[in-house]
Amino acid sequence: MAGHLITRRTLLGASAVGGLALLSRPSLARTMIDLGLPGGPAEREITTSFPTKAAMVLQRTRGPLLETPFDVFDKGVFTPNDQFFVRWHWAFIPNAVDAEDFTLKVHGHVNQPLSLSLKDLLKGFPRVELAAVNQCSGNSRGFFEPRVPGGEWANGAMGNALWAGVSLKDVLDRAGVKAGAKHVRLGGLDQAFADAPRFIKSLDIDHARDGEVMIAYAMNGEQLPLLNGFPLRVVVPGWFSTYWIKMLNDIEVLDRPDDNFWMAKAYKIPDTPGANMKPGETGVPTVPITKMIPRSFITNLQAGDKVAAGAPVMTRGIAFGGDCGVAKVDLSPDGGKTWLPAKLGKDEGKYGFRQWQAEPTLPAAGNYTLMVRCTNENGLAQPEMPNWNPGGYMRNVIESVDVVAG
Amino acid sequence: MPRFMSGFMPRFMSGFMSRMILPSLLGLGLLAPPAPGSAAEPETPPLELKSESIELPFGGSDFPPGPGVEAVKRNCLLCHSPRMILYQPALTKAAWTKEVDKMIDVFKAPVNPDDIPAIIDYLMHVRGAED
Repeated sequence: MAGHLITRRTLLGASAVGGLALLSRPSLARTMIDLGLPGGPAEREITTSFPTKAAMVLQRTRGPLLETPFDVFDKGVFTPNDQFFVRWHWAFIPNAVDAEDFTLKVHGHVNQPLSLSLKDLLKGFPRVELAAVNQCSGNSRGFFEPRVPGGEWANGAMGNALWAGVSLKDVLDRAGVKAGAKHVRLGGLDQAFADAPRFIKSLDIDHARDGEVMIAYAMNGEQLPLLNGFPLRVVVPGWFSTYWIKMLNDIEVLDRPDDNFWMAKAYKIPDTPGANMKPGETGVPTVPITKMIPRSFITNLQAGDKVAAGAPVMTRGIAFGGDCGVAKVDLSPDGGKTWLPAKLGKDEGKYGFRQWQAEPTLPAAGNYTLMVRCTNENGLAQPEMPNWNPGGYMRNVIESVDVVAG
Repeated sequence: MPRFMSGFMPRFMSGFMSRMILPSLLGLGLLAPPAPGSAAEPETPPLELKSESIELPFGGSDFPPGPGVEAVKRNCLLCHSPRMILYQPALTKAAWTKEVDKMIDVFKAPVNPDDIPAIIDYLMHVRGAED
């Protein structure tokens, strides 16, 4: 894993950042981070300019793409709201939402269309609660080789929160889904430009009614930041974030499969194990991206760190199983030749982050590659080789950190 | 009139949100215990949902100079700020052409067809790769 080096520097006038002169204002001190993306540009600004957000890696100002600085993941399994990653497709997002006026509409192939206020949702349905990882389909895209266009994230387009809200099933049951329903289409307050495709996604009717899919009104005990989808966000445990519609205000039950652009054309992956194909390969069948797969990270050590030789080295991090829990996490002190089991931390729920810890002893002074591998409860383990696909989706290769013992 | 994060207020969205925001409080009763199997967190206090209103930074147009930069500023900034382009990896001319075509054909970017060659020249200037 590349180092995440934060430096404070003063950029003078049109000085170069990643080979590009980005600034028109002279003598402006900015905190920069090197994401270690192969071939660059790898430097990003750490911004505190976004309301309700603390320090974030600035990937794009409009529509906002803000990445969680990786050191946040060392602090605990729940990602704080003010450093939870932000990703919007379109720039046309309301920057104010009135809690009194807001309504969630449920319509389409139902017996009783609904128009629910926030008060209706808060008082009229049982409250459910669940820890779950929210991960962008393109998390870690910037590490693909060869590189692919898109949001050039490092590993911080993910987060884990304790979500609270109402079950989508309960809301659908209130409306009364008619026989023959196929998909449940979810839309939010964000708008597309002119007649471009609005960002809407659908779930299969049985999935939507599985009792786990949630309409969340709270994350980590507080209302959602507007940038994370206030007032309501869909939570699809175990599935990639593309289905977790923000500012949810429209639920349409369809009596046919949803063939809108964002279902039929976008967010497609090769229909192969690990969504893997060869660069340039053609004719590979594709399917929509859906379930997440296991990942794990070392969070307390960075590339180049000096550690003790001949004594236990405290190594810790986070893991998640994807669409099921973590079965085990193993650590290799020698670049994958030998593996030792890590101790798992408290289980906060199978869809969430799980902390792990190991104390390998590096026998003598020298360079070592530490690697971490998660195996999930379905028996799926992270692969040794990275996957590749043109969308930059679903990376989950075993991560490594090079350290120096001495 | 609502304000939008983008700073743009396209006409097609006028009337999209009803009115200016008044602070409001919504009481939340805890009607049901947490779902079975969820973590035994300390009892969450009742949640009040309050209206949210924020101001966001506007991207500005910090493109470095280069051939075609004016065409890029004219056509690309409606939908995204400069970093979307400047943080891309180096791409071939064929790959950049495909990206520009996608913006126009799929995402309906209102690009002046006469500006397309200049836009691709600029993308190659700042983030171009050999074939």
